[in-house]
Formats: sequence, structure tokens, C-alpha cells
Amino acid sequence: MKQKLVIIGNGMAPGRMLEELFEQAPGLYDVVIFNAEPRVNYDRIMLSPVLSGEKLYEDIVIHGDDWYARHGVTLHKGAKVTGIDRTAKTVTSANGVTEAYDKLVIATGSLPFIIPVPGHTLPGVLAYRDLDDVEKMLDATKRGGRAIVIGAGLLGLEAAYGLKRQGMDVTVIHIMPTIMERQLDPPAAYLLEKALNDRGIEIITKANTKRIVGEDKVEGIELEDGRVIEGTIVVMAVGIRPAAQLAKEAGVVTNRGIVVDDGMMTSDGSIYALGECAEHRGVCYGLVAPLYESAKTLADRLIGGASEYRGSVVNTKLKVTGINLFSAGDFAEGEDREEIVLRDATAGVYKRLVLKDNRIVGAVLYGETADGAWFFDMIKRGTDISEMRDTLIFGQAYQGGSPLDPTAAVAALPDDAEICGCNGVCKSKIVGKITAKGLTSLDDVRAHTKASASCGSCTGLVEQLMVLTLGDSYNPAVVQPMCKCTELGHDDVRRLIVAKGLKTIPAVMQELEWKTSCGCAKCRPALNYYLVCDWPDEYADDYQSRFINERVHANIQKDGTYSVVPRMWGGVTNAGELRAIADVVDKFEIPMVKVTGGQRIDLLGIHKEDLPAVWADLGKAGFVSGQAYAKGLRTVKTCVGTDWCRFGTQDSTGFGIRLEKFMWGSWTPAKLKLAVSGCPRNCAEATCKDIGVICVDSGYEIHFAGAAGLDIKGTEVLGLVATEDEALEHIVALAQMYREQGRYLERIYKWAKRVGLDEIRRQIMGDAEKRKGYFDRFVFSQTFAQVDPWSERVSGKDKHEFKPMAVVGMAEAAE
Amino acid sequence: METNWPDKNWIEIGDIHDIPVRGARCVKTPHGRIAVFRTAEDHVYAMEDRCPHKGGPLSQGIVHGTSVTCPLHNMVISLETGRALGADEGEVRSVAVRNRDGMLSIALDSLMLMVAAE
Repeated sequence: MKQKLVIIGNGMAPGRMLEELFEQAPGLYDVVIFNAEPRVNYDRIMLSPVLSGEKLYEDIVIHGDDWYARHGVTLHKGAKVTGIDRTAKTVTSANGVTEAYDKLVIATGSLPFIIPVPGHTLPGVLAYRDLDDVEKMLDATKRGGRAIVIGAGLLGLEAAYGLKRQGMDVTVIHIMPTIMERQLDPPAAYLLEKALNDRGIEIITKANTKRIVGEDKVEGIELEDGRVIEGTIVVMAVGIRPAAQLAKEAGVVTNRGIVVDDGMMTSDGSIYALGECAEHRGVCYGLVAPLYESAKTLADRLIGGASEYRGSVVNTKLKVTGINLFSAGDFAEGEDREEIVLRDATAGVYKRLVLKDNRIVGAVLYGETADGAWFFDMIKRGTDISEMRDTLIFGQAYQGGSPLDPTAAVAALPDDAEICGCNGVCKSKIVGKITAKGLTSLDDVRAHTKASASCGSCTGLVEQLMVLTLGDSYNPAVVQPMCKCTELGHDDVRRLIVAKGLKTIPAVMQELEWKTSCGCAKCRPALNYYLVCDWPDEYADDYQSRFINERVHANIQKDGTYSVVPRMWGGVTNAGELRAIADVVDKFEIPMVKVTGGQRIDLLGIHKEDLPAVWADLGKAGFVSGQAYAKGLRTVKTCVGTDWCRFGTQDSTGFGIRLEKFMWGSWTPAKLKLAVSGCPRNCAEATCKDIGVICVDSGYEIHFAGAAGLDIKGTEVLGLVATEDEALEHIVALAQMYREQGRYLERIYKWAKRVGLDEIRRQIMGDAEKRKGYFDRFVFSQTFAQVDPWSERVSGKDKHEFKPMAVVGMAEAAE
Repeated sequence: METNWPDKNWIEIGDIHDIPVRGARCVKTPHGRIAVFRTAEDHVYAMEDRCPHKGGPLSQGIVHGTSVTCPLHNMVISLETGRALGADEGEVRSVAVRNRDGMLSIALDSLMLMVAAE
């Protein structure tokens, strides 16, 4: 019979341990996990980017539900274990689940330390430990005001930065004279403090909290020296302590943490401890790299191996966008120690290496951290640096003659050099996997080696290794940059526009470090769309960044003339409209009149100068622009439905018109064409549209992601709803989700393929709150978008577009 | 090209502010349409309004840096030289422009040269 492995805790350490276990000995154990949090395993290191709005929760999930299913793991979510019975070999949770074990792993992590000052239990006093804390903080940011962060360590400063980015005023209180004193020496701390001040974060050092002020919620804090700081939340980030209580109650030996040997075994031979709750050789680790190393040891032990964990040297990086900071090892001064320091005040660079016996024991890098991995490697290795001492501080590029290019620098690294600090992956492992498994993409390498899969700061190095191993066949631009003006991909740009509150094209280019002064014909229209979409009320549309068709509201033809398509709501017209069109055709001698595939009429061959006059005449008959030129809502094709058809099940014509009247004028990443068919015979051809509706007796079947252009593809079903109102809400929400996530020029079917049909169904069909949010944002945006561009131009807007600047040498000759 | 061509037959075409920044306007002449471009830095360039690729109206393209992208098939033309950039080949004939305190003129001579070359 299979042995049963029970794990208490579902953090990153046991997650990694299981990955190792499943890779090396799949099916060896029946695995059961108790998770006190009501969710799957996510990347705790990335909580700060979630707080600052630079990432979403979905981005930081490590193991989704399907991972547990695939490996046959039983995951009890929201089940906090309350007791271990070592005699019966069972564990029991608060919600009444009891499981027997053969082997037990305690991975209860750590608890945030809350200073027990008066008022510490008031609502509004928060820790910064898990996603619940982040959600509480984000909730508080909506109310605004000042956040007080106690503790200027790594977590405290990341919290402060995130809260500031979310629009709060932030004050950080720190008891020591300098910030991050465990990782930084005073000069680096000074530079960091200054950089944070520049970002609007106030820092008070040497400040001791006396009490938290407030009646029934936080109103501020009082310091020992009597100063009072007002605030609406207090975030305590003063440290963690291992969560060892459960083990202690069960009689397992504990000290500060649960004491383990080099095989991660506790005083009970069937029980192991892993992660922040464990104490190994007197040390409790709180960073991910050592925990992953010990996870590997434990996995090996569980399959009968004999590997030993011997402790780790750790390094730190601060995740504050725009601040580069690296610290590793021990940098206290001492008689037997020497130091090498490099300062460049103008460039904001500070580097300090602490040496002992010609070996680096500590490194602090501020401003320029590219050599962090190289120094860290030498610290761990104990490399003798006497040969390169003179140039050591300048970094790897200056060793051995001329500076190396980045690929050569990586090539020069020894095989066992650590590339990914979070996951402890060395160079040879990455190169070996690339070769053995034939890996060709960064995602593959992440999946097989875990390198660059956590904080992502080594992505550049991993890509260099791929270039080195695969040669020219590897295109490192896995994230396709938007264009040559930037290294950033569309998704990053979109996210940063929102996160950084960038509201003009120059602001985007400045903040995201565009390489050209004013972009190019690829990025400018994309940025213009993203800004129109994200800030509908604040952004002033930049017409010079739109393609000619969207600038003059007509479609340019091969000979430089234009075509004009008036809107025919739902494809329905009448004698008056047709007569007006006929008159316009005669008056302007329009050479071609054509019925389009979208059930309306195209007038081709119109000279640009005539456009305003053509629109004026069409406007008098009630026509507005059909936006046949727009990356936006085009047509809603309909059949005649219950009004006329023997087979019609719903009023497909009426609903199509309603949809078109609701959605016209909206800009989308690429063109958006809709159709509504009154019965499954589908005369409106709704099943190859971007969004389609098939009416049935029981309601409205909503389809999406069809294509009938370069690609041909039937639609996917989003879901069935009973009423026309519901169908409208669902379709509009879907369109808004696409507007917010689509990359410019990416049709809805490509977007859907990228984000996954299930995810779209889950958000639009399954999550009423999300759906309502999308719907409301669309409606808000429409209040600014639904202006007929033709009548605006008939009234004189953009006059210059339609007239030559001058006519020279022709007045006499021609007129 | 804002050069000081000596003694040309300058023809006034209007004020620099008649052209949108990062935009273009056309001037009609007996010898064809001239596109007059204004960059973000207020440099002004003029050239034949015909892409060397398929004759697209360059004045309708997106202006970026000192280049314009043709609206028909995205060929990128240097405003400084008139030559196609990147892998494409082709050249548009430039027309001399003078900018005096914002008043723009084009040189008739260069128009004549255009005709002579045709």
C-alpha cells in the first residue's frame, strides 16, 4: 500500500518540495495538504507588486487547482490544523477533518510580529504577510488618507512603496538610526532613504511607537517623544517569528523554530519541518532561496536519499520599481576586514565590498546591481580575489582586459554558478535541461528548471544562457517588444500605464524609457488606444497618433480617395435614407456604390476635400458615421427574427439594433463585428463573428471569438442567458474585458486564445461582480466616446485635414 | 529642408502653425501635390506627396521623429533625405522649404526641377 504524506501548510517551500518529489518519484505517496488560507499556492515574494498594482493575483499563482488534480493531491483549503496526535499518527483541523499520516511535514511558516503597544488590536492595524493582508491594504487605499508603516525593513519599505503607488500618503516609522540596517550599511541606507523621499514617502528614524491612537478604529500613532502622526491604517512590518506552536504542543522539540537536523527531520522520526517555521543549526530563514534548498533536501529524504542541507548564505533585493539595491553576506566592520568602496554621487551609485583574507564576505550595491550575482557567487564559493583586487569593484566586465558583452560574460561563468537565486538553479542545470529536453522558449526553461520563475530578476541571465546554448535559433524576445522604440511588450506597457497612472503619450515614453523621441507608427497608435481605453474621461485623444482612417473618419483607398459608410442600425434602412444616399451619389459624382458584408452601403472614390460636404448631406438625412474605418465597434448584422420569420425565436433585429446603439463609438484593440441570428439556422452568420448571438426558445446563446478573415474559425460558446437585458450585459462586459486586456490590433479570437476561454467564461458568466464592473466601466467610457465624428467635422473640427494648405501656380491656369 | 538657398523664387504657402505638430498638410501645384511636414521639434520638410512604393499620399501618414510612415503599406520615408528607410528601397523628391519666423515658403525652382526630371 502507498504511504501517506500529510503536509501542514501550502506555501512556497512545501510547493517546491512536492515538485521535486513528483519529478523524482511520481506516485510514491498519497499526498494530503492542509492549507489555512482558502486558496492555492502563490508566490509570496510577489505580494509587493500586487500591492503596488504592477501585478495581479492571477499572475503570481504557482500551482493552480489543476496542478493538484493532476498529481492526485488532496488539498483541504481553509483548513487550519489544530492538533497533531503523534501516537495515533493523525492530524485534525479546525473544520473537523482528520487525516492519518505515515510521514508528516510541518510547514506552518511564520507569523508576523505585532508589537503589543496599546491599541494594537484596533481595526486598521494590519500585518504584511499574505494575500488577505494585501487585500485589506488595497481596501484601505480606496478610502485614501495616510498609511503609517512601522518598520523600515525589506517588507515595510515594499509595503510603503505599494501604498504610495496606490495613492495614499505614507509615513514609515523605524526604531533604528538607518533603514534596512540588517542588509544595508549607512551610506546605502542614506541613498535609499533619499530615493524613497523623492517618491513621496516620509521616513522617521530613531522613532519608537508608544501607542496606537483611536477609539474604535485606527486614527494615528503616538511616538515615545510625544509626536502624534495621524493615519487611517497602521501596517506592522517589524519582523516574523516561526509558527512553531503547533509542533510544540505536540511535544516536538522547538527552540525559536522547530528544530531540525541536516535532513530536515524533527525530534520525531516521522515528522519533518520545512520553511520559515524550521530552525536549522540555530538559524530560522525568512527568504525563499534557502527554503528552496532545504525543500530539495527534504524531497530527497522522503524518497530514501541521504542528502544534507548545510545552511545558506543569503542575498536580498528590494522590489521597488526604479530602485536597484543588492545586498549579500556580512558587511560589519572588523579589525581583520578590509573594504573597497566606489561612489558616484551624480549617477547615484554606491558599491561596497567587504573582504576578509582576500575573500569577499559581504557586498552592498546601490544604483547598479548587475554584478550582484557575480559577487554573490564569489562569496558563496570563497573565491580568492587577490589577482583581480584592483579592478574587482568595477565588476565582471572589467576582469581580463576589454569589457565583455553580456553573452560572453555569462559564457565566462563557471558551470556551478548560481543563475537563479530564488530557486537555487545553477548554470549547468539550465544548459543541461535546454540541451536534454530541447527547450526553445523561456517558458519552457521556467517550467523545467524553475530558473527565473519566481521574482524574475534573473530573466536576462537565463536568456543569455539560452542564446549561448541555442545560438541564433533562440529569439530572446519571448515577450515581443511593442516595437523598436521599447523593450517592453504590450501587456507590460498596459499594466504600467495603469499602475503608474500615466495619462499622456509623452508621459508613457518618459516613464517607460522609450528609446525614440516620439515613437513610431507602430507604438503611437497602440499607446493612443491604451490611454483612450484606460482614462476615458481624462485623456485627450492624440489625432496625430491615429492612422489616417481614424483621423479623417473614412477609409483611404489605393488611389488616395476615400470611402464612406454610414451607419445602418442592424442593417435596416428605408426609402428616405436610400433616397438621401442616391442624392449624395449624384451630387458628388461618387463612382462606386457597394453593399458591404456588414449589411450597409459603401460609397467609394470620394475626394478628401469633399468629405465634410458629403457628411453634411448624409447627416441631414439622419446618418452618422458607420465607423467602418475604426479599431472599434463596426457592425451588428441581424436577421429578421420574430418580426417576419417563420422560424424566429426572439426579436433578433431589435436586439441587434439595441446592441449597436449601446456600443457604437467604442474603441477596441482591433475591429469588432457582431451579429444576432434569430434561430439556429443562423442567417446572420453569427458563428464566425467576434461576438455573436444565436437566439433560441430558452433565450440567448452568446458566442465569441470567431474569425472569417485571414483565419477561419467558428465561434466558442460563452454561455446561455434567459433575457435580452442579460444578453446585453454579458456582451458588453465581454467587450470591455477585451478592451482592457487586448493588445492593440489583436482580434478577439487571438486574445481569447491567449487568456483562455475558461478564464473568460469564469469572469463573465461566473462572476457577477466582475461582470458588473466591466459593464459599468464600458458605460462610463461610452459617455465620452459616443460623439458622431462626422457631425463634429461638419461643424468645423479639424478643418485643416480636409483642405490643402495652399494652392500655388494654379489660380490663373485653372480657374 | 530649412536651408538658405540663395535667390530662389520662394512662394509663400502659409504659417507653420497651420500644420499640426507631428503632422502634414498638402500644397497643390501645377506639378502635383507637395506634402509639407512639421515634426515635434518644429522642423519643416517638404516633398512630393507620392510614396515611391505605390504612390500613396505621404501627407496622410503618421509623422514620427524625422520620418513618415506611408498610410497605404507602411513604407517609412526619411523626411531629411526622402529615402526609404529599413530594408525598403526608393526615394521621394524633396522640395526646398524656408521658414522665416514661422512663415513658410517653398522654392519654385525645385518644383521646376521636379518637372524637368519627369
